[in-house]
Amino acid sequence: MRFDERAEAPRDLGRPSPGDRRRRTLGTLFLLLCFAATSVGVVSLMVLLVDVLMDGVAQLDPEFLSSYASRFADRAGIRAPLFGTFWILLLTAVIAFPLSVGAAVYLEEYAPRNWITRIIQVNIANLAGVPSIVYGILGLAVFVRGMGLGRSLLSGALTLSILILPVIIMASQEAIRAVPDSIRQAAYGLGATRWQVTRRQVLPMALPGILTGTILALSRAVGETAPLIMIGALSFIAFTPQGVMDQFTVLPLQIYNWISRPGDDFHAIAAAAIIVLLVMLLAMNAVAILLRNRFSRMRSN
Amino acid sequence: MATVHDIDTGLRSPALEARDVSVHYGSKRAVDDVSLVVPSNQVVALIGPSGCGKSTLLRCFNRMNDLLPAAKVDGEVLFHGQNLYQPEIDPVEVRRRIGMVFQKPNPFPKSIFDNVAFGPRINGFGGNMNERVEESLRQAALWDEVSDRLDDSAYALSGGQQQRLCIARTLAVRPEIVLMDEPASALDPIATQKIEELIFELKKQYTIVIVTHNMQQAARISDYTAFLYMGELIEYGPTDMIFTNPTEERTEAYVTGRFG
Amino acid sequence: MMNDPKRPRRRFHDELDQLQERLMTMAHRAEAMVEMAIEAVAEKDSGASKVVRRHDEDVDTLEIEIDERVTELLALHQPMASDLRKVISALKVANDLERVGDHAVNIARAAKRLSRAPALPTIIEVSEMGVIARRMLADSLNCYVSRDTELAIHVCQTDDKVDALRHSLYRILLTHMMEDPSKISGALELLRISQSIERIADLATNVAEDVVFMVEGQSMKHGRVDTPPDYDLDRESEAARD
Repeated sequence: MRFDERAEAPRDLGRPSPGDRRRRTLGTLFLLLCFAATSVGVVSLMVLLVDVLMDGVAQLDPEFLSSYASRFADRAGIRAPLFGTFWILLLTAVIAFPLSVGAAVYLEEYAPRNWITRIIQVNIANLAGVPSIVYGILGLAVFVRGMGLGRSLLSGALTLSILILPVIIMASQEAIRAVPDSIRQAAYGLGATRWQVTRRQVLPMALPGILTGTILALSRAVGETAPLIMIGALSFIAFTPQGVMDQFTVLPLQIYNWISRPGDDFHAIAAAAIIVLLVMLLAMNAVAILLRNRFSRMRSN
Repeated sequence: MATVHDIDTGLRSPALEARDVSVHYGSKRAVDDVSLVVPSNQVVALIGPSGCGKSTLLRCFNRMNDLLPAAKVDGEVLFHGQNLYQPEIDPVEVRRRIGMVFQKPNPFPKSIFDNVAFGPRINGFGGNMNERVEESLRQAALWDEVSDRLDDSAYALSGGQQQRLCIARTLAVRPEIVLMDEPASALDPIATQKIEELIFELKKQYTIVIVTHNMQQAARISDYTAFLYMGELIEYGPTDMIFTNPTEERTEAYVTGRFG
Repeated sequence: MMNDPKRPRRRFHDELDQLQERLMTMAHRAEAMVEMAIEAVAEKDSGASKVVRRHDEDVDTLEIEIDERVTELLALHQPMASDLRKVISALKVANDLERVGDHAVNIARAAKRLSRAPALPTIIEVSEMGVIARRMLADSLNCYVSRDTELAIHVCQTDDKVDALRHSLYRILLTHMMEDPSKISGALELLRISQSIERIADLATNVAEDVVFMVEGQSMKHGRVDTPPDYDLDRESEAARD
């Protein structure tokens, strides 16, 4: 239908033309394709979850959580790896958070916009994609052997920190960049120094984004197995680490260990451990979302 | 080349004086050799078509162009006889004494009280903050509307109120000069009128330089008007002269709406 | 079409053109009235008065129309600089022209009464005054259109002649009245006529001053700057005295 024809023949809006019908069909088709793509992802995930749940839920009991590993599946528990995961999470957070935020602040607020800064930026993005086992090798060479820290929590935490550093830096940079420039301008206009602007306006506004990025990065670290194997985390220990220089193990490692053994009984407790791990991850993500919502509600109030 | 009529600064020394100020962004020249005098306790309006350099010139007065790494400023800006661009002058102190209000209201994501208190706080104000906040809000003609809800978020205010909050925030550090970059362009006519009345009141205590693309606004509120075109100062003189009988043809053409 | 970059503010300029056109119509009407009235004096025509009065109604209507147009232009278009001066001058000139019309009516009425009075010897001063006043009016309206400020200044300077003529006419008529009382009524009418013609000349001068304001942006009135050295600044106060 040409543009000028419209004026002469007023159309009945209730009756679609053939062109309209074709457009609508295409639209519906596209919608169905997208839905199918989503379903594939969701359904696979559901299948996996249900499988794990069915295998492992029977093994979940308080004894499971408080017992150490054992050669016998029915007496084995995840006490050591649970503590280990918790500790390594804490240490990594304490080490990685200030370093990343500092780097992000420098790159966004202070660094001059020249080619050096650009190279740094590109390299950080690249580092985020390096396979985690490479970090394991690095950790082994530098922390375990080079600095003589041995196969300790500290080595593990340092290794994981370096692993997630690029991720947190990039997320923090995004959060800082998202702070509207008009806020900075207003603060500068009032006679604030760059530090005052950063500390009193930019960082508070960027904090939700930074925290969310940190928590998501940490939840990735929680699931890392390869680097920790490299630096020598054990898989059969009967004690919980008391200090940062102690040896340790983590949940993913324990799961891996149990899965590799023959026999359904170990597979069952492996599934149970997986459930615990998933619950942990879920909880961390929930905290991240809650924090973000709370801060944005405070903002719009 | 520019026609600069006699500016009567009265008995007081001028608040600001620009001497041969030029601003380059890379190879592009945004402000070309502008010289003008801003008398104390008067309102000077900078008018001209979009992109003529008026905002850039305004930002020279409080060294806000320093924040743009690509901008290069030549010439002098004299404030009480001192050139603000001398190396030993601290731009942070300059900005405390020469404040700025921006085009879009940009209150901080804090409470109304904290917005106004921010300036004094970062400048080390040790006196009674409640008093200072109330005084600033009164000067900005906003106190009556917010005195009972100082802890509410600044974003709960309307656009016009937010802009008056930004003005209060600027006044809280007790500047001598207030620079305004199209302060009412994002506001509805009633809010605009309130801002204009406010400017008229503020003139008694402060010197105001305002950039506006609204000629009628410049005609209503300013004492002196400078017309800029493509970075050059074309004509500068008393507002009534600029709008009833300008000397330069280009001024006449702009003011009668023949271009721009 | 409203925002044609080659013709900005088109609606305003169309309105302004229409205003000028109405003003010119009013001007021609007023000029015609003055011509008819002054001829009626010479021809001793009593019928002219009615015609002139009819024209005056039109002139009054036009004045009201121009008032309204100017108000509208100011309110809706906020003209500035030379546009503003053009609009304001149109208002002032219309006002002057309306009074010119009223004086023309006065002259026509006096002519009618004159035709019934005992005859007086022809007094050339009257017709001279009439010629000069008509010339001044025509010139001032011309320089409004041509924006010729030199012509405008010339008009202002010519006013002296009219004043001088009126003074001599006054003395002549006084002589006539003292010589022969029967001539008094006729002489009085001529006196009135001469006063009206002088007022028309003054109004023509007003128009000329308005033209200078419109073009230059500075007023020539009441001893302001930029008047030529031989321009008599006391002209205004002289007119008021009589």
